[in-house]
Amino acid sequence: MESWTRGSALTEIKVSETALELAIGEEITTEAKSLGRQTWERLLHHRLAVGSGVILILLSISFWVVPNFSPYLFDQVAAGPPRSAPSMSHPFGTDPIGRDLMVRTFTGGQYSIRIAALVAITTTLIGAVIGAISGFFGRWVDASLSWITNMVLVIPALVVLLVLALRYGSGPWAIAFIIAALSWPRIARIVRGLFLTFKEQDFVQAARAAGAKPARIMFRHILPNTFGPIMVETTLNVGAAIILESTLSFFSLGVRPPTPTLGNLMEAAKGAIDSRAYELLIPGAIVTLISLCVNFLGDGLRDALDPTTKRSR
Amino acid sequence: MALLEVKDLKVVFPTDEGLVEAVNEISFELDSGEVLAVVGESGSGKSVSAMAIMRLLPKTARITGHVGFDGQSLLDLPMKGMRRIRGNDIAMIFQDPMTALNPVFKVGAQIAEIILVHRDVSAKQAMSRTIDLLEIVGISEPARRALQYPHEYSGGMRQRAMIAMAIANDPKLLIADEPTTALDVTIQSQVMEAIKAAQDATQAAMLLITHDLGLVAGVADRIQVMYGGRIFESADADGIFYRNRNPYTRGLLASLPRLDARTQDKLYTIPGSPPNLLRMPPGCAFRPRCEFALDICKQEIPGFTTVEEDHVSRCHNIAGLPSLVESPS
Amino acid sequence: MSNRILEVHDLKTHFPIRAGLLRRQVGSVYAVDGVSLHVDENETLGLVGESGCGKTTLGRTILRLIEPTAGQVIFKGEDVTAVGKERMRDLRKQMQIVFQDPYASLNPRMPVGDIIGEPMIIHGAPRNEADEKVKQLLASVGLMPDHSNRYPHEFSGGQRQRIGIARALALNPTLIILDEPVSALDVSIQAQVLNLLEELQDQFNLSFMFIAHDLSVVRHISDRVVVMYLGKAVEVADRNDVYEKPAHPYTHSLLSAVPIPDPHLEKSRDRIVLQGELPSPASPPSGCRFRTRCPIAQDLCSSEVPPLRELGTNHQVACHFPIAAGDSLINVALGMGREVVTTHSGD
Repeated sequence: MESWTRGSALTEIKVSETALELAIGEEITTEAKSLGRQTWERLLHHRLAVGSGVILILLSISFWVVPNFSPYLFDQVAAGPPRSAPSMSHPFGTDPIGRDLMVRTFTGGQYSIRIAALVAITTTLIGAVIGAISGFFGRWVDASLSWITNMVLVIPALVVLLVLALRYGSGPWAIAFIIAALSWPRIARIVRGLFLTFKEQDFVQAARAAGAKPARIMFRHILPNTFGPIMVETTLNVGAAIILESTLSFFSLGVRPPTPTLGNLMEAAKGAIDSRAYELLIPGAIVTLISLCVNFLGDGLRDALDPTTKRSR
Repeated sequence: MALLEVKDLKVVFPTDEGLVEAVNEISFELDSGEVLAVVGESGSGKSVSAMAIMRLLPKTARITGHVGFDGQSLLDLPMKGMRRIRGNDIAMIFQDPMTALNPVFKVGAQIAEIILVHRDVSAKQAMSRTIDLLEIVGISEPARRALQYPHEYSGGMRQRAMIAMAIANDPKLLIADEPTTALDVTIQSQVMEAIKAAQDATQAAMLLITHDLGLVAGVADRIQVMYGGRIFESADADGIFYRNRNPYTRGLLASLPRLDARTQDKLYTIPGSPPNLLRMPPGCAFRPRCEFALDICKQEIPGFTTVEEDHVSRCHNIAGLPSLVESPS
Repeated sequence: MSNRILEVHDLKTHFPIRAGLLRRQVGSVYAVDGVSLHVDENETLGLVGESGCGKTTLGRTILRLIEPTAGQVIFKGEDVTAVGKERMRDLRKQMQIVFQDPYASLNPRMPVGDIIGEPMIIHGAPRNEADEKVKQLLASVGLMPDHSNRYPHEFSGGQRQRIGIARALALNPTLIILDEPVSALDVSIQAQVLNLLEELQDQFNLSFMFIAHDLSVVRHISDRVVVMYLGKAVEVADRNDVYEKPAHPYTHSLLSAVPIPDPHLEKSRDRIVLQGELPSPASPPSGCRFRTRCPIAQDLCSSEVPPLRELGTNHQVACHFPIAAGDSLINVALGMGREVVTTHSGD
């Protein structure tokens, strides 16, 4: 193999006069920080994002802890008198067949979060891969993938969801995959756009000029730069998935009881809106809180992942 | 009394890493028909001071000092009064013309609109004045061009249309912030020509903010060289180019390659980089890069020394500067 | 006789314009349209022209970052446009590029050491050798070894540009294409980078192709200069000839438009204001491309393309009616009874 460099590699280079002059005053006094640490520090500076993250972590912990410490099971019928109002033994009251609503709510949160996480991960993976291939290779690959993406995008999502949910949807995972199958195009389009932009950036041209092969350009140069925007989109998807799942459940098309989700809990409570509004409001508030927090966290992550972000008040 | 009087203007931005003094101790006067050029590198504060005069800085900026314009104190004016002055008595020309032109309206309609807002004229009169204005700034076939959209104009033409828009209401003061930086040389000369014609037509005072010393040489009556937020030297064009008495001004001029230089000698360089406003050195901001620095420069910010009539320089070691050998050609 | 490093013969780069549902080609942008030039060993060839003249496309086509439509690029006797992928990767070691924008040209997510070392790693250098060389390269552009684990955003514009230069030097190239390397920098930093480039050129025996729109900078750094207009070279000559004995009317107007930092000189100069706008490179004028704005154009200029022809030693011009040495465009135009719009700083 030909040597990697013309001439001998490690001959001592004589430093020119100008370079010596330029070097004056270039000593660094600050400490070197890895990009990861810089990102972390920037994230910690984002108060809203930190607060949202803390709330999300606390909520998730409570979704797992509360059902475990409760004396009742989420599907335990007649855990108490039916339709009882909140009391010491049943802080959220009970439903018409006497199941404890606190356990059901927290277990429902658990399922909702699991569905949302699954949707977010699947959507991001499918979307990012298709978008990246489309944007990177261009030409007919791009043309055909974009066509498919647009086709999925123009399908009236809610209608298809309703039909598919009627046919396949009863378990939480089926619901998650149905939602994911319809929401990847948004990410695909965003990632495609990012790849198209970065492909023309000078630092990518520099890598080409140095002889870098396509795989290196894609994975080492372009992909890391798309993490920020993808992360934001993923968090937005978490929020959207929770809301979409709730919507489906609200139309009795989502996860079927006795498995609780925040959505079907609200559906179950809709008849009681006049007498026991809290049965609707509690899961509703949790859904809202989660999607708000996830969006704020996404904002913070986007700013933190951009190394050029300058902090100012 | 001068049209524009700036006294001890200071702008401070609070940031997470501390207070940034972007502009400090800026004082000058500007009369009608006069061109004052403010020259400096990035971070020198040249644009911030203009934005402060126009009160276009973000709300977090703390502005102190006095800006007198035509008998009014601009910094004390309510926002409503300020808005009436902007675009009317004081007009701005920006680097990017698309910030001033709306892509969905015809150029002529946009200029006429500005006239109609501030003046009691008919639409027809406004349109005929628009065509006159386009003519002044050197747009050929102004009547036809007035009916085109901004995207049908080339970059230089958009810049000229923006100049026409700026002078539509006969402003008393024109502020041009890097008006030709984004343009090619031949277009640059067209646009500078348009700006001069516009200034002649209105007899406005002009504040020209630029990093381009060459551009300034031919058009400025007075020049202020800024560095690290302060005015370092202020004089008429000849004073700055031939009799400068400040190490920074001198270094800046010496480091410019010249179109008419036969030799290819190494360029003079100012070592180091412009100061980081967050970590300003104590004493003179230029001291770390200055080959004439004295001990006192580390401790004390130099004040102005009058080196000749209407020519001041901020330097502790004016006496130590070698005299300039080259005489004006 | 000096060693010829690069020869470009009648190079053309046309970009297709596609429209409609089937993306059918409806026209072409003639970005570079038949340019020939050469660069010798240790020489700096300046390439000037206004935006849209094709100078950046030309530079990138020479490196095959953009594929040429026609023509040849001969690098040390080998036709770069005809070689296969593997050979091209080998050739890239010897031809490098420095970009204009010091912000866009460095990957924001890579530490500086990796940025400078990447070309070596790509071509199979062992990690430790690459790291060692990165330190030397940092020193040779006036940076510290500690800088290698910092990220681009921690540097100023001038420092970033020096990092870009160090990357270009990593593989010991013969030719570096400098695409507007100083135009994004402050005046005081510009001089530092220009001096550094000149010293590196001697130190590493480099040939430069210096692309810029700033005619003063080009005069300072170049040995020879090519003036481009709308995809064509209109004048080629030794640096002082271009600036002191320009023959093409476009070169004349370009030079007259450049302001000189000297008020008295400025006030005595007449500035030619070119009329009209730059035509679109998708539909260039027939014959001479400058004729639509040329103050001395004649009938011949619209019917026949002027070839680049020898005017004197090392001086070529593509004009049917070149201006004689010592004469001015304004004089020639006046002699023809034509009017040239000029401006004058004095008034």
